[in-house]
This record gives sequence, C-alpha cells and structure tokens, in this order.
Amino acid sequence: MSSTALPKQETKAESRLRIVDCDIHPALRSGAELDRWLPQRWQQHRREYGLRLRQPFTSTYPYPKSAPALSRRDSWPPSGGPPGSDLDFMRAQHLDFHDIEYGMLQPLSVRGMDQRVQGFAEAVSSAVNEWQQEDWTSKDQRLKGTIAVAGEDAAAAVKEIERWAKHPDFVQISLVTRALEPLGRSRYWPIYEAAEHFGLPLGLHTLGTSGHSVAGGGWASFYYEEHQAVAMSLSAMIASFIMEGVAERFPKLKMVIIEGGFGWVPSLGWRMDSHWHALKSEVPHLRRKPSEYLKSQFWFTTQPVEEPENPEHLRKLVDWIGWDRLLFATDYPHWDSDDPRYAFKCRLSEEEKRAIFAGNAKSVYGL
Amino acid sequence: MAAATIGAIDCDLHPAIPGCMALLPYLDEHWHEEVVSRGLDDLDLALWPRGAPLTARGDWRPEKGLPGGSVELLRSQILEPFGTSIGILNTMFGAPALHNVDMVAALCRAANDWVAKEWLDKDARLRAGILVPVEDPSLAVQEIERRAADQRFVQVLLFGATETLLGRRSHWPIYEAAQRHDMPIALQVTSAVRHSPTANGWPSYLIEDHVNFAQTFQSQLLSMISEGVFTRFPKLKLVLLGAGIGWVPSFLWRGTKEWRALRREVPWVDRSPAQILRDHVRISCQPLDSPPDPNDLTALLEMIGCDDMLLFATDWPHWRFDGTEALAPGLPEEMRMRLLRDNAIATYPRLKGSLS
Repeated sequence: MSSTALPKQETKAESRLRIVDCDIHPALRSGAELDRWLPQRWQQHRREYGLRLRQPFTSTYPYPKSAPALSRRDSWPPSGGPPGSDLDFMRAQHLDFHDIEYGMLQPLSVRGMDQRVQGFAEAVSSAVNEWQQEDWTSKDQRLKGTIAVAGEDAAAAVKEIERWAKHPDFVQISLVTRALEPLGRSRYWPIYEAAEHFGLPLGLHTLGTSGHSVAGGGWASFYYEEHQAVAMSLSAMIASFIMEGVAERFPKLKMVIIEGGFGWVPSLGWRMDSHWHALKSEVPHLRRKPSEYLKSQFWFTTQPVEEPENPEHLRKLVDWIGWDRLLFATDYPHWDSDDPRYAFKCRLSEEEKRAIFAGNAKSVYGL
Repeated sequence: MAAATIGAIDCDLHPAIPGCMALLPYLDEHWHEEVVSRGLDDLDLALWPRGAPLTARGDWRPEKGLPGGSVELLRSQILEPFGTSIGILNTMFGAPALHNVDMVAALCRAANDWVAKEWLDKDARLRAGILVPVEDPSLAVQEIERRAADQRFVQVLLFGATETLLGRRSHWPIYEAAQRHDMPIALQVTSAVRHSPTANGWPSYLIEDHVNFAQTFQSQLLSMISEGVFTRFPKLKLVLLGAGIGWVPSFLWRGTKEWRALRREVPWVDRSPAQILRDHVRISCQPLDSPPDPNDLTALLEMIGCDDMLLFATDWPHWRFDGTEALAPGLPEEMRMRLLRDNAIATYPRLKGSLS
C-alpha cells in the first residue's frame, strides 16, 4: 500500500484518533555505540569482558528466538544495522505509517540492571539514558524515554532517577522484571519512593536473566514454552509487589506491566483473594483485599493481544480488568508485534477505542 | 447432610501420615534402621506448615492428633456431611522431596501400604493415589506395578514441582505405566523445591508460594503438551489438584496463538493446545479461584468450554470454604451433576468396577 498515492483523509485534529504506542524498541547499531557515554574504564570493560549475565551465553539466549534479532523480517533498515536502529526508517515504517502520537521507548539490547558487575551496570544505565535522549527523543518529539536504572543497588538507581526525573523527554522508570529478588522486596523500596515522589510510573517490560527457571518445576525445553512463561513471571512479580506491601506503602505509585498480554490478570486477582481469605494473618500490613491493589495501581499494555476463540470473550475479559487499565502497544519491531488495525478482533465503541489506543496511556503518563 | 452433594465423588482428600515413625511396620530391616538411627521426622512440606490457617480448617482441627489424621475424622467431617459415595485419598507426604531415590522408594512404598491398611481397609468408600519416587522412573514404575492389581489405587500422585519439568522424556515410563493401568497422573500443590518457586526468585510469603503455584501448574501443563506427552499417550489424563480454574482461558488462548506461530518447533503437537487441554486435563474444584460475582462464573465456564473438566473435591482438611459450601455459588445446575460424579467416573476408569 502506498500512502502517497491515496488522497489523505481530512479529519479534524481534535477528533482524529492518534495512537499512543507504549512499547517501541530502539536498538543500538552495536554495543560499541554506548562508548560515546561510557567512562574509559567501562569502555575497556565492555571490550574485554562484555556483558556478564546469569545465563550460559555472552549474548544469545539458551532459547533461540523464532526470528533473527527477534524481529519482523521487513523491519531491517535498508541503511544497514539491526531492526529498530534507524530513526528515519522507524518513522516511515511505524510512527508515520500508523499515525503514532507518542511512542514509549523500551531499550532492551543492553540492560544495565541485568549486569552482574554493579559498576558497569550503573555506567551502562546512564549511557542508555543519554543515548535515548541524544539519538531518539531529542530528534523526534513523539518518542518518550524510560529511565534505565541499575536497580540492584537502590541508592545508585535513585541517583540516576534524580538526574532525569525533571527532563520532559522521560516519562517512566524501567526495571528488569526478573531481577535478583522478587521486585516487591524491601531492598528495592527506595526506587519506588523516588518514583512516587517524582510521579513517574514504573514501566515494567518483561525482561531479565534472573538465573531462575520459568516456575518452580524447572527449565522449559522450548521457546514455545519460554515465550508463554513471560506472563507467569509477571504474575509472580505483581503478587510480590502486592503481598510485600509496596502498593499499600506507596499508594500513588503506578505500575505499567509491559509485554505480558492481559488474559491472566483477572485470575491473579481471584487467586490472591481466595488465598488471602485463609492466609491474611501472614500479611497484616495489607489493609485491602489483594485484588483491590491490582485494580488501582497496575496497568497493562495490550501486546501480545489476547485472541479468545469467541471474540466477544475479549470484551468480558476487559470488563473484568477495567477499560481504563489497558494501554495499547505494538512491540515494534519484534516478530510478534501487534498491528493497531487488526489487534482487537472484537467490536469496540469509539470511546473504548480512544481509551485503549490513547487516552489511558495519556492519563497514566501525564501526556 | 448437604443435599446438594449427595453421592459425590470427592477427588481430593488428604490423610495425614503422622511421620516416618508410623511407617516403621511397613519398612524392611534396612530402612527401619535408617529411619530410627537417623531420626527421620514427619517430612512435613514447606507449603503446608501445620499451624497455617490454610493447612487445616479451624473446625476440622481435632483436640488431639493431626487434622486429617483418622478415618473417623474423615467420616464425621466429610463422608457423612457431604453424603460422599467415594473419596480419593491423596497423601501429601514429603518423602519424594528427599534426594536419595532408594530412600524415597522405600518410604513411598511404605506410605502406600500404610494408606491401604490404615484407610482403605477401614472404609469401602475410599480409594487412593500412589506415591512414587518420580526421580527414578524405573523405581516409580515398579511401585505402580506393585499396586496395579489393587483396584482401590486409582491414580499416580506426583509433586507439582520436581527436579525437571514433567513433560521431559525421562518421565515417560511413568506415563506409559499409568496409561496401561488406566490411571490418571495427578499433580498436587507440593514442591520438592529444586528451583525457586518463581522465575523472579524467592518470594517472602507462604501466600505468594500458593498464589504462584497456579503458574507452576501451567508450566507443567505446557511442558507436557509441548514435549508431546499427550500425543504419545493418547489415553492419559492429567488431574490438577488445587490449581483453580481462573487461569484456564488465558492459558488456552495463549497456548493456541503461540502454537500457530511456533508449531514448527514442536511438530509432534498435532492438535491445538486448547483441544489437548479439554481432552486430557481435569481440575479439582477446590479452590476454584472463580470471580466474586456468581454470574461471572458462567462466563468463565463458557470461556473454558469443557463440561468434562471439573472434579468435585473438598481438599479436606485444607481450609477452602466454610460449612458444607464446597460448590461455588453460580455453578450451573447441569454442570453440578457432571462435576459431582460423571466427570470423575470418566476420569478414573478404575472406579467403574465399584459403581453400581
């Protein structure tokens, strides 16, 4: 389809629905690109020792993905470099093509918080933030950054948050979701205190090499299993946030759960409540039913969108979660990304569409 | 007696083994000596601390002895008040969490003997699951074969979390034996704790371990589906005890969507995971983890789309409900009869001989 060959549809600016995409992945052309912002000592470390993760390989994963660079085949920029590394191509293929009003960046390729060497983790996190600002958000005002932090040392993370919190290009704080410990534990609380203080949501994109298997039963064999286990780990992460009392302690803290889908969300609330009925004496610091925290402080990006056998069940599912809780996301340029034109296979009213594709995100991120 | 449940088949009852010392009469000289000289204790599992309110309902805790500790308690607390016709005993004994497989095999064998003598022989309504040393499949198969002639043993009991995911091929001899003897495989909320309970590490609270166990069940099911267990063993049934049903719709939607995209990785999965789940997986109804509004239960059941899936259970003596309210409000009437008896009869072929 050639957009230039067709007459542009004239729509009044205030009535046209423009999309807020809550999950876009910019990529480094290579790890060496970060050297622009790394101190000499950590440049050398990167060259000689590379990324040290809690997994068997230096860069690839023990579950080979289903596509090179995890990406759509058509997303490799003609200019060279990996998918997501060329802003002009991203504009043409994604931002302009889908009329994206705002796009939330989620840099994944080098994740500070995942590094086993804490000093390097901090240097890399700072560099990733500089890179987002210099190469992306300052060049295209539609793009918004996420403050990457080396969260295993909460004090270092807070320092990095303070550096960027007032910068208008940054709208959230990202942590890996599979960290050294479940994220509800108190070692991470200073980060949440800072996030609440600055009114910045936590953007929790599924991520991280924790060194732990997908669930208590051990290591999966297939990418088919691993890819679905994302929702399992996010579910456990939310249980931790709630049961440890993070939501209770920081009532204004917003948590956006990214790239886990949302089909599993209601059942998490039901199971937490059913067990809380018998076990509430263990968590007396909770003053409300667990599901109430889930409903008031957590939001979910839509991708990978749920595809019930009966499309109408999708509506029921959203009824259970809340129509104000879902934020549309594409996951561009990854292979399993959602196309806003086709993602929702059920009927949506104009109002529902506006909420999911833009309004909810604007209100969560204050855009 | 609760009229609503008369004639029910209760698929999840937990008789309490008072400890390894109680098994001494069932152990040979060597293991008898081992238990005594090394002072093996009760092997209570970390997921079920004795004092935790979930572990035993207040009015089911006897003044003396253990909750779930005798046939008399079972009669007065379950069989009589619910009008139960058949009850399946699923021992939550910690032996399979030990690392020494020979010791595990001896203790499982003794525990199964103990269940037969102390429980099955005392009430004709009772049936039981077989504890097996899962980490040595040849020993596990031996134990299944040893029990197979006794029709009162109706399924094979496995921990919900063991050393490796249960779909892995090393476990297949157990499934072969189970299928051959018309026994489902049943997974319990029990963990050998060979891995942290979540992908994110170790949560602080017991309530998290229990909430997250729904994910452990899903990872096991996903493993068994994707490794091809149900393709290789087409008659095998998997019973999930204590998993709840809230997660089922999202599991089958996601499993099917991802299978469409990634099936070349698992070419032996010859039907959609949703179909496999509906054909092979059965789930006990306590806890149900259903929506708070009874009307929403109908919607959830419609999404699950399988009237054969739910099995009646009280999960005795665990505290899942009060009084005799074991059936969730909002359960459709036509579903009730299937859940109380028909689904269990279809799931457990070995019950047929004893039903008139």
